[in-house]
Amino acid sequence: MSTAGIEIGLERETPAGLETEEMTLNMGPQHPSTHGVLRFVVKADGEVMRRAIPDIGYLHRSIEKISEKVGYHGFMPYTDRVDYVSAMQCNQGWAMACEKLASIEVPRRGEYCRVIACELGRIASHLISVGTTGMDIGAFTPFTHALRERERINNLLEELCGARLTFNYMRIGGCAWDIPPGFVKRASEFVEQFEPLIDEYNELISFNKIYVERLANVAIVPAEMAIAWNLVGPNLRGSGVKYDVRKDVPYSVYPELEFDVPVGTGERGTLGDSYDRYMVRMNEMKESCRILRQALGGIPEGPVIAKVPRTFKPPPGEVYVRVEASRGDMGWFVVSDGTAFPARTHIRTGSFSAMAIIEELSKGLMIADLVAVIASLDIVAPEVDR
Amino acid sequence: MQQLADSLLQTGFLQGVPTEAGYALVIAFFAFVLLNFIMLIAGVTSWLERRVWARIQSRVGPNRVGPQGVIQWLADGIKNIMKEDIVPAEADRPLFKAAPYLAMMGFFATFAVIPFGDGLVVADLNVGVLYITAVTALVVVGILMAGWASNNKWALLGGIRSAAQIISYEIPAGIAVITVVLFTGSLSMQTIIRAQGWAPWDWFLFANPFLCIASFIFFVSALAEGNRTPFDLPEAESELVAGAFTEYSGLRNLLFFLVEWGNLYVIGALYTTMFLGGWQIPPITEQPVIQGALQFATFFAKSYFLVFVAMWIRGTLPRVRVDQLMTLCWKYLVPITFANLIGAMIWFVLFPNGLAIMRFAMFALGVAVTIYFFSRILFHLRRARPRLRLNPIS
Repeated sequence: MSTAGIEIGLERETPAGLETEEMTLNMGPQHPSTHGVLRFVVKADGEVMRRAIPDIGYLHRSIEKISEKVGYHGFMPYTDRVDYVSAMQCNQGWAMACEKLASIEVPRRGEYCRVIACELGRIASHLISVGTTGMDIGAFTPFTHALRERERINNLLEELCGARLTFNYMRIGGCAWDIPPGFVKRASEFVEQFEPLIDEYNELISFNKIYVERLANVAIVPAEMAIAWNLVGPNLRGSGVKYDVRKDVPYSVYPELEFDVPVGTGERGTLGDSYDRYMVRMNEMKESCRILRQALGGIPEGPVIAKVPRTFKPPPGEVYVRVEASRGDMGWFVVSDGTAFPARTHIRTGSFSAMAIIEELSKGLMIADLVAVIASLDIVAPEVDR
Repeated sequence: MQQLADSLLQTGFLQGVPTEAGYALVIAFFAFVLLNFIMLIAGVTSWLERRVWARIQSRVGPNRVGPQGVIQWLADGIKNIMKEDIVPAEADRPLFKAAPYLAMMGFFATFAVIPFGDGLVVADLNVGVLYITAVTALVVVGILMAGWASNNKWALLGGIRSAAQIISYEIPAGIAVITVVLFTGSLSMQTIIRAQGWAPWDWFLFANPFLCIASFIFFVSALAEGNRTPFDLPEAESELVAGAFTEYSGLRNLLFFLVEWGNLYVIGALYTTMFLGGWQIPPITEQPVIQGALQFATFFAKSYFLVFVAMWIRGTLPRVRVDQLMTLCWKYLVPITFANLIGAMIWFVLFPNGLAIMRFAMFALGVAVTIYFFSRILFHLRRARPRLRLNPIS
């Protein structure tokens, strides 16, 4: 049963005298498994794809341009929409960029609140990712089970900031609100209950024979290729490159916390296949639980936000800040000209580069594999277009 | 049915009607009764599937229409009938319109030979099993037609997949059926049931190892023929939108779904007939009506258990890829079934009357496997349950 998807295209021989025609298929933007509004133009020979050409721009909302019109404080809610599946890290990226521009020191309690919120958001985002991977492969049950856990995270984050999806939690200089009473206890309870469920989840779907067959040896990205194509985050780590912004370019209080960076091992197939990328996310959730446990235990007293003037006018200059978002290294480039509005903002996201590699990966795969590859690269449409 | 028609013509209210017309009337009557019965079965199966599936996925499922939502299917049916029947502009209109009925016919005809009780069968054909294999193939014609006529490439891919899949899996399913026929010497469904007993160790499932293997192969192949998960590629939602049925709306779409859920029941009924002793129960009462009702209930309980297993599988397994599907069939199932058939032949020559000790041994093995299976389930339930409390906040 283990025919690697990538071999099929190469092994096929057309009998002499039998002309086959290349079929052009339009996949999306209203296709059920394109995770939003992605579009692919698929050139296929029957079920085997020659190539799938990604077409982006269906979810473009000019977020970068908006920042030039609404000012530094006012842009915070818009950052939620950059990647609405894990909005916390986007908040943090923008806040960190502004703080670096104006050299603002964030109080330690504020940093801890940020880390707790971000790691909860990371678990929520990875739950969506692994759940939809199962759903794209045809198993619907893992998705609802993942969402059940995600609901609890949403409840916790709602306690924290009043919103369940677009949080708008962070502010330049800290966080909007302190953690509510009893939150630490409830969050710790969640972490204790959630961590063993990852193993249950693995037994339900990750080690399923059909599931492994569908993901292992499909769309292999070797380490050099991953670096050359600028993959980041779990996609890069799935190829065995141990690179995590939280470790390698430390920010916030991450250097004080102890955690590992899980990488792909090629346990069921080849290093860098879809299964490795999937398993990296699975293991990252465990690491997030570790971080959460430490952060919740060691949260210091004090204010959560520094004194920042209402009219925020950073000195002229430009900064580039990186955060480890759920979909990898997210870069925020902000140019200030000394006024209350940024002169230019650019956001560099993980899904964008992951989208580009699909055309290369899709050669010789089957149409059914394309959805698996999209899911395993964890592409979120708003993050591609911004 | 023949006797009933004859008796009606000779003594009943059909007296005096010409023989051919009388037969036609009786057939029309049975067809009407059966059609409604099938609609009921398909509808209830659809409700059951949604409830079971929801339970597996920790959701609630339809629970609003009627007690526990049991007539949800009726509401869905009415909704679908009232919807506009859209035919795509460039579609092949006659084929597009005919396809659902052809698929419907293929599965509807199978009910004619399904034995619900000792005398409760429309027609006990002497080629019953062969007949079922033949008419279920009509479903593939319907799906292929739907895929082709829709003028949609996704639908076409779904149709082609369906054709390839159903035709391939007919082979292991057919050979598995032949293994059973080898031990009964008859293709008639009733004879196959009568060759078994009411006790579990008299079922063909436990008769000998070869029949046991054949039963598993038959179930897998039947799932594939019925386009069920893990072989639901023709309508693979995440890949092909809705496969061959993408362009269908309203009643025609409903008919395809009816076929799917009806087929699910047919799979269960066939398996029950061939391996689980059908309607066989110990003689409980002298009353033929009560005995018949009990047989009917037994048959339904057994076949719905298998329907439940198929739903369970759907809630657990992901979908295989096209090439994996074909590899599984041609590289594994077909050789195994043929080897199994030869083994069964040798067994039949060695023990023409069966081997009692083997029956009991197989039955004991079956019980042991079931107990182990449920202990695993209990283990996982215990491990997860304390953590499955709902959120303390909400």
